[in-house]
Amino acid sequence: MFADKVLRNNSRLLIGLVTILVVFGSLPLITSNYQVSVANEILIFAVLAMSIDVLAGYAGRTSLGHGAIFGLSTYVVIYWTSVMGGSAWSGILLGIMAATMLAAVFGLLAARVSGVYFLLLTLALGMIVWGVTLRWTSVSGGENGLRGVGRPALLIDPVTFYYVTLGIVLAISILVWRFVHSPFGLTLRGIRDSESRMASLGFGTPLHVFIAFTMTGVFAGTAGAVYALFNNFVSPSTVQLSQSVEGLLMAIIGGIGTLFGAFIGSAAIILLENFVSQYTDRWQMVLGLMFIGTMIFFPEGVLGAYRRLIRGGGKRKKQFKVEE
Amino acid sequence: MDRRRFLTSTGAVLTLSAAGSLAAPSILRAQNAPIRIGLMAPLSGVVAAGGREIVEGFNMFWEERDNSIGGRPVEVIVEDDAGNPDTSLQKARRLVEQEKVDFLFGNLLANTGLAVANYVKDNGTPYFIPVIAADDLTQRQRIRNVIRVAGYTASQMPRPLADWALKQGYKRVATVAQDYAFGHEQCAGFAQVFSQGGGEVVGQLWNPLNTADFSPYIGQLASMNVDAIFAMELGADASRFMKQYSDFGLKGNIPLLGAQNFTDQSVIRTLGEECEGIVSSAHFAEGSDNPETRKFVETYKARYNKLPSLYGFSHYSGALWVAQVIESLNGDISNREAFIDAVLASELPNSPLGSAVKFDEYGNPVYDVYIRKVEKNADGQYWNVPIETYPQVSQFWTYDPEEYLKQPVFSRDYQGIKQ
Repeated sequence: MFADKVLRNNSRLLIGLVTILVVFGSLPLITSNYQVSVANEILIFAVLAMSIDVLAGYAGRTSLGHGAIFGLSTYVVIYWTSVMGGSAWSGILLGIMAATMLAAVFGLLAARVSGVYFLLLTLALGMIVWGVTLRWTSVSGGENGLRGVGRPALLIDPVTFYYVTLGIVLAISILVWRFVHSPFGLTLRGIRDSESRMASLGFGTPLHVFIAFTMTGVFAGTAGAVYALFNNFVSPSTVQLSQSVEGLLMAIIGGIGTLFGAFIGSAAIILLENFVSQYTDRWQMVLGLMFIGTMIFFPEGVLGAYRRLIRGGGKRKKQFKVEE
Repeated sequence: MDRRRFLTSTGAVLTLSAAGSLAAPSILRAQNAPIRIGLMAPLSGVVAAGGREIVEGFNMFWEERDNSIGGRPVEVIVEDDAGNPDTSLQKARRLVEQEKVDFLFGNLLANTGLAVANYVKDNGTPYFIPVIAADDLTQRQRIRNVIRVAGYTASQMPRPLADWALKQGYKRVATVAQDYAFGHEQCAGFAQVFSQGGGEVVGQLWNPLNTADFSPYIGQLASMNVDAIFAMELGADASRFMKQYSDFGLKGNIPLLGAQNFTDQSVIRTLGEECEGIVSSAHFAEGSDNPETRKFVETYKARYNKLPSLYGFSHYSGALWVAQVIESLNGDISNREAFIDAVLASELPNSPLGSAVKFDEYGNPVYDVYIRKVEKNADGQYWNVPIETYPQVSQFWTYDPEEYLKQPVFSRDYQGIKQ
């Protein structure tokens, strides 16, 4: 009975997990090392996009600061392993902690605002992190960035590393899913739909947003830490605005408020970057056209549009709004 | 051609070529297989103009050789690094792991080059960097398979200019430079030699990349009461600085000295008389009357209808350098270590500079460096004309390399200035 109920409540989670496991899990069997590394990157950025989706899709707050949170974790891991000579494992923990703390600071400052003000505030906070990494040359290596020391021996094989990434990503997906489907997550959705009503019902809305923001720091920080092992290099371009924007675009293309759409968005953008650029220098234009097309024809994203279709109703779900 | 015909014909070609390659002895196949080169350059983003000239210079060389070297055809695979280290890493991975290139070439910005250098450190792919100038790649953090063919270190070129400035009787100098590693290192090369030679560096200003308005900086410079100003700016910043320097009436009052990129052809090509008379130092001067340089400049101009910039020149020479090594190995670069050794032991006897170029012990080329002045040529275009030559300038100038390497890496805070 109980198992039945768990299954029914989490059927979407199960479908999502199984799909990811089958699609991504079978890739190394049929593709080259390079394509595995592309898939690895897709997984990492999907987690970043998912962390943005938690705020955008469930709390109604669009963040432009998550690239900085992600990148701070990358910086900490690389700094810890290359400059301090620490181990990668403790580096990952430190990276996630640093990202969570940064997210808490961001959350503290941004929890009381929403809409365009939230967007601008997180943008400004992210720019501060970028400015610091650029100017604090003695620590961050400035524009030239920091070079890593390589992955620990256990993870040096790209396929092993890929499967470890996949495991981490699946674990984070479950965590995120449970998080937004908990009573806490329901409150977040209430805040998204009507903050004043939730406040008048007695919910401390800023506290909820603060906690949600801090939690997304854990998710983005984990992605950033894995990225450090993957890329073995970090520079201000990892924390810059375009990183946050890219994460947000991935979430939007996949479908805001769908969580697993993040994987579709991440795959779409990274594949475009890697494969369209082989045929044309104007690949960024293709990216822009794709984004405009998404916004016009299915603003709820790929997964959102798909869900609308299988529900059979032509009516569009309530759309994701920036201003409120 | 309709779809079916296309399918059958491609099928036939594929079958034939598969059969051919199976039948041929493996040694023959290796000998005639193309040499695959991965060239990365920023073709989009803020430095895209320079990136295009990298590709032009590089391609011009291989076209001159009919795309073959040492009896083997050459395939150049160009990738856009977007001026971004993360993108560069992606593209380097693709070129090495997917395209199976024999070696990598290129990149423009130091951070993109450093990212790729760190990647090839682990897998041993030879990587040639004609314009990645980060000092440490041939100093404190050398990587054996990252080789600066026809390249230079950032602090190498401005040193002779400082010496020249002292000889002009300049006592007090101020510097203005872009606030990032390449700017710090170039500026330090100048400041160190100038201050040690008895001059005084009165002030150092650092402007962020993409400074839209230089008036606050120029205002400060004007009030510092200096004999000359040394400027290190790249791209659009350089044009804006020169324009405003002239608009504010400083041109003609305080002599302006520049780092090599400041008056590079990629900058002054679109400028008017505001760039005239600026003195800079570099190993390449498109206005040199050396017959070899003349020949190169004429060919480039005929091919692309513009004078060559440092980027185009460096990649042409870099390709020439590596091509000669491949020729000496009769096209066999299957032994990677032997190939790297051969490049490190080689020199470039017939460069477009008109003089032989050698590596120093640390793998950085030693050049005769020109002091250059921007002048108008017979066609009414501005170009850099040599007015003096400093022979055999290495990255260590006149210092003892071991002593030199004990000092920290140049940064905003450490400019090597003698107090």
